[in-house]
Amino acid sequence: MVASVRVVSDWLIAAEPAQLLPARSQMAFTLMFHIILVPMGVALPALMLIANYKGLKRNDPVALTLARRWSHAAGLTFAVGAVSGTVLSFEMGLLWPGLTEKYGDVFGLPFAIEGIAFFLEAILVAIYIYGWRRLKGWTHFWLGLPIPFVALVGAFSIISANAWMNTPAGFTVGPNGEPTNIDPIAAIFNKALPLELAHFVVAAYMAAGFTVASIYVVGWLRGRRDRYHRLGILIPFTVAAIATPVQFAVGDSIARWLANNQPAKFLAMEVVTQSGADQPEIIFGRYDAETNTVSGGVRIPGLNSFLTGGSRDTYVQGLEAVPPENRPSNVNIVHTAFDIMVGIATLLVGLVAWFAIAYWRRRDVPRSKLFLWVAASAGVLTYVAIEAGWIVTEVGRQPWIVYNIERTSDTVTQADGVWVSFIVVLVLYTGLGIATVTVLRAMSRRWKRQDTRDEAAPYGPRPAPEPEAPEPEVDAAGRAGP
Amino acid sequence: MTAADGVAGLLALAVTLYACSGLADYGAGFWDLTAGGGERGRRPRALIDTVVTPVWEANHVWLIFLFVTCWTGFGLAFGSIMSTLFVPLSLAALGIVLRGANFALRKDAAKAGRRHLAGWLFGIGSILTPFCLGAALGGVMTARVPPGNAAGDLWASWLNATSITIGLLAVAMGAFLSAVYLVAEARWRGMPRLQAYFRMRAIVAGLVGLALGAAALTALFFDQRQMFDRVVGRSWALIVIGVLALAATFLFAARGVVRGLRVAAAVGVAALVWTWAVAQYPYLLPFDLTIDQGAGAAVTQRWLLAWFAVALVVLGPALVLLYVLDQRGELVEDPTTSASTEDTPTPTGPA
Repeated sequence: MVASVRVVSDWLIAAEPAQLLPARSQMAFTLMFHIILVPMGVALPALMLIANYKGLKRNDPVALTLARRWSHAAGLTFAVGAVSGTVLSFEMGLLWPGLTEKYGDVFGLPFAIEGIAFFLEAILVAIYIYGWRRLKGWTHFWLGLPIPFVALVGAFSIISANAWMNTPAGFTVGPNGEPTNIDPIAAIFNKALPLELAHFVVAAYMAAGFTVASIYVVGWLRGRRDRYHRLGILIPFTVAAIATPVQFAVGDSIARWLANNQPAKFLAMEVVTQSGADQPEIIFGRYDAETNTVSGGVRIPGLNSFLTGGSRDTYVQGLEAVPPENRPSNVNIVHTAFDIMVGIATLLVGLVAWFAIAYWRRRDVPRSKLFLWVAASAGVLTYVAIEAGWIVTEVGRQPWIVYNIERTSDTVTQADGVWVSFIVVLVLYTGLGIATVTVLRAMSRRWKRQDTRDEAAPYGPRPAPEPEAPEPEVDAAGRAGP
Repeated sequence: MTAADGVAGLLALAVTLYACSGLADYGAGFWDLTAGGGERGRRPRALIDTVVTPVWEANHVWLIFLFVTCWTGFGLAFGSIMSTLFVPLSLAALGIVLRGANFALRKDAAKAGRRHLAGWLFGIGSILTPFCLGAALGGVMTARVPPGNAAGDLWASWLNATSITIGLLAVAMGAFLSAVYLVAEARWRGMPRLQAYFRMRAIVAGLVGLALGAAALTALFFDQRQMFDRVVGRSWALIVIGVLALAATFLFAARGVVRGLRVAAAVGVAALVWTWAVAQYPYLLPFDLTIDQGAGAAVTQRWLLAWFAVALVVLGPALVLLYVLDQRGELVEDPTTSASTEDTPTPTGPA
């Protein structure tokens, strides 16, 4: 048995196209970069509008300052996300021509929807950012209000396409393996869409909320305990605090849904090796693909069966029932990423409960140093969880690019040179990431300096028309003309 | 006229819009790069900065639209193009990242050294992307992209005389267009020296562009006679219109007719793009794959057309709103954003 597994796996590795590893690495890297920016495009506009609303309703300049600054952070991350998103659309063809060649007309439509949603969001974001000084307060707010909803349409489209790869729909496989009876609308509304979309959108709100809050928690820890920091913590943290328990429920549903709909992924997440009842929950540990066993780790007896079906007697299929060539190519990565995601989620639920109790009792940010330290790292932790979740869904689907229908290795480009492009992308994105963080930090430092003289109020009256006289050339700062 | 023809029309439209909105931006990067270092290049560069560079790289929306429509409507052609032309299209993406990163970040790269580096990368990207996209187009036109995953030659498909001249032509057209815009802007702002500076460059770029256009036709004649015959036979009127319209842009710029200038530029670029589209019709990949053969499911084609109609209805008003607010002076740069405003007095109203 062991020998036969080995023969099969050797055969698989030998048959693997040369471009598969670099192509998967490049796709994974660029997606993991892009996904950092996504919550800032999807959820940060909502935070900024909440602050904007508060500021206008209560005539609160501090809330308006927060809204204004968050809008600029959102604008910057949006622009960088536009770049990394353009690269992803190149990569769909550069790396996976087999996928777009064969299934483009089945699952391509949501990308067209996303393109329009993105364009609309870009226009609205530009109006919002450039409207701070001259537009009337409420006009400005109402023009900004559609942004989070348009962002949801974009998220819906991309998640729909990814969900389709997990639960392909909207076609039947023809005699030569070609898709026939194509129905692109059925492909959009595939089975995995509702839960995957909910899981991702709530995660985006958690990430944006915890990340923005953590920046002000750091300031709070350094002793800047003013109203600006207090609001800067309370608004985003409250949003994240509402999202976190919702996520716990959604995450639990999605795991049980996977057990029935994508068993191989579920088995890799939970490293269930042998079918049977009374399955333990294994935390970490190391899976050995050759022997299909797990060594090390902590086992909680019966918990996996209990979580899957509500009782210890629940029968759970094991990886031994999945043919070796159809098992996720790296069970350890999937399992570890899953445990990390769940671990962080559990920690965050605790943090949110603490916040809720403290706020209910004193209407303020909790005083405890421990709370503040964990809250300061909650943003980074949420991002780690998002990346881990993305790894679970993507690596867990392998070796399939279209689940149970098309293998990733059959769709990869046959053009040489993916290693080169991967290395270039690696270097370039590292530079881009460093530059983005540097600029965001420079913005925040500048704001700190300006805090004493933060340009009067937004929505100021329009200045008198400037004199008609032509400007003499361009001045030192590079601005010219009226 | 089938739905697939309609979707192919959308593709040509996307290329047109991308060329019209993007070429001048790339040209601006070209002049930024060649303006010379430090003090010498400061003034032209400052004008380029304020005039040509938009808020962010909105024009790539058209490129994404082109890609997405292509892989949804004509998946086989898309996969074949992206895999055979892997190298130039990867390089084009590289250029887009370099430019885009610079756009997103340059306002805040206040330090002179870092700004210089940013400008340099911006310039490299501005030449690389239009060249590679032009070269890729040349590869398709000269029938070097057969259907299939990397079925064509990885190098000869874009490193051939036709591809190279078309790539250079794209760079020259961008340089010409942006120089023409800059002439008009310098005139409008009352900067006679910069006006002369960019007029000179517009003339040179225009002449180089004409020479490259002729060279591209010559290369095509020896390289792919069938396509040459189609270009000359079917599209000669478009070539004439394109060249005349682009020449008109120069005259408009010299007289300061800004609106006429923009219309003439759009007509000129569009005519040259359609020179290619008309010549290549009905082939997606000359001369192996026609639009009908390469079209995906008809239902998907119809949904693409329907979605395009929805997009017009949704985006049209939004763009009009943006334009109206901008014209009424309601949209101004927020001093909270940019580092450069910190050094200058904030233009506040009589508050």
